Amino acid sequence: MNMNNNNKKLYTLIVHSENIAGILNQVTAVFTRRQVNIESLNVSASSIPGIHRYTITAMTDSESVAKIAAQIKKKVDVLQCQYYTDSEIFMQEVALYKVVTGVLTDNPQISSIIRKYDAKLIEVNSTFSVIEKTGRTEDITALNKELSAQGAILQFVSSGRVAITRARIEHVSEYLDNMASRYGNNNPNGRNNPNGCNPNGSNSNDSNSLNDNNSQNGCNSPNKEK
Amino acid sequence: MHGNLAPNIKTNECDLLIAVGMRFSDRVTGTLSTYARQAKIIHLDIDKSEFGKNVKPDVAVLGDCRKTLKLITERMAKADHKEWIESFKPLDKEEFDKVINNALYPASGPLKMGEVVKAVSDQSPDNSILVTDVGQNQMFSARYFKFRSKRSIVTSGGLGTMGFCLPAAIGAAFGAPERMVFAFQGDGGFQMNIQELGTVMQTGAPVKMIVLNNTYLGNVRQWQQMMFNCRYSCTHMMNPDYSKVAAGYGIPYKRVEKREELKDSIAEMINFKGAFILEVIVMDEENVMPMIPPGNSVDNMIFSLAGN
Repeated sequence: MNMNNNNKKLYTLIVHSENIAGILNQVTAVFTRRQVNIESLNVSASSIPGIHRYTITAMTDSESVAKIAAQIKKKVDVLQCQYYTDSEIFMQEVALYKVVTGVLTDNPQISSIIRKYDAKLIEVNSTFSVIEKTGRTEDITALNKELSAQGAILQFVSSGRVAITRARIEHVSEYLDNMASRYGNNNPNGRNNPNGCNPNGSNSNDSNSLNDNNSQNGCNSPNKEK
Repeated sequence: MHGNLAPNIKTNECDLLIAVGMRFSDRVTGTLSTYARQAKIIHLDIDKSEFGKNVKPDVAVLGDCRKTLKLITERMAKADHKEWIESFKPLDKEEFDKVINNALYPASGPLKMGEVVKAVSDQSPDNSILVTDVGQNQMFSARYFKFRSKRSIVTSGGLGTMGFCLPAAIGAAFGAPERMVFAFQGDGGFQMNIQELGTVMQTGAPVKMIVLNNTYLGNVRQWQQMMFNCRYSCTHMMNPDYSKVAAGYGIPYKRVEKREELKDSIAEMINFKGAFILEVIVMDEENVMPMIPPGNSVDNMIFSLAGN
């Protein structure tokens, strides 16, 4: 795969899939195959029951990310995969910094750095303290750098990016509504499966009594009814 | 990487390239930067993610080509491109003179793989099935076996799995019991799934096995000749006495090394009712030609390696 180093930027991929063991592996395998490194990865339940949402960031060029998204979208259990640049999403990240309490109390710089970054002190005990910062990746990294310069950091962890799209269209909901109207059972007007596939053997769109019965429309099981 | 001369050259001369169910594999295209740049490309495929994956099409037609091809052709008037078709002929002749003639009709010397494939093909029934393993045996078989019926070839193409031939041939024999199955394999691939002779023995699958024995993993040896100055690392192979292996499995066997015995040995294999192993001792360092050397353009084919 030819990768033009000059054109690389940070892309965020948002993937929705069924909640089944093994899909994460399949999705990340697409990146491995193409030797594209994943900068951060986040998976958790989405607002839609039974559907998981992934937020994956990777540094690559526009052609590669389009191909990666196409390959992920192809997977049977993946519903949607879209990719975005930083300007197209609203993103957030949370980080924790473990510092020595003694350094925190003795060095006035530390608390002024905490104030500067609007970070929170969420734990103080005789040994260590924990600072929390929620915000943009750049600010989290900068805070880490400044605290490290003071020799304060014992441990640092960042959650990685979670993101919401800025677009007016809600791609996933629209997609699911689309699927439900094409293949769902609540179809009084008998809108057939557009592929013309009919398990009873007929290939034409003739409106026979099959379409009047809710439970016998196309290949659906009654469970698909919304 | 291989293929016939004329289509490869003409690919970089045509004004329209119609790709039906094609993934533009690197084996076919050579370097992509010089592949059919002058042509408009129509790509028919059932998988959307194939469009633009390797080659950007000018027109992408998404769908089952059984339907989409028809939708296109029924809107077209039949045309005659006599001049274009004729332009293939001098290249076909060049390929015959420089490669095919030597591959199929050597005047003397050891038996050649293409020669053997052709000899089997000439005597085979019209509805025969060709099953290949992977490597030189596969390429020579595909080049020189004549197909006269539909669904005549079973081969591990893009996946290129050695050892594929024998089990696949057994499957073909059961899938199409009225057709004779010819299984061409090298000594390498044959040994990778040699235990399937047990399946042949147990089920009686009437597979005609032709083992092209050159004592090498031929395709890799060819590359080692081309790129590593004949430093043959781990490609030269010792073979067992196949007559004893065949006898152990109770499968009739014949070994042929001389040109004058080839035709009759093949006839014996074909006329025998049931599985048969024909071991053919072929030239050890034969190369599959013509070839697009790695990293080259599709229209840059060579006809021989130095000294061959």
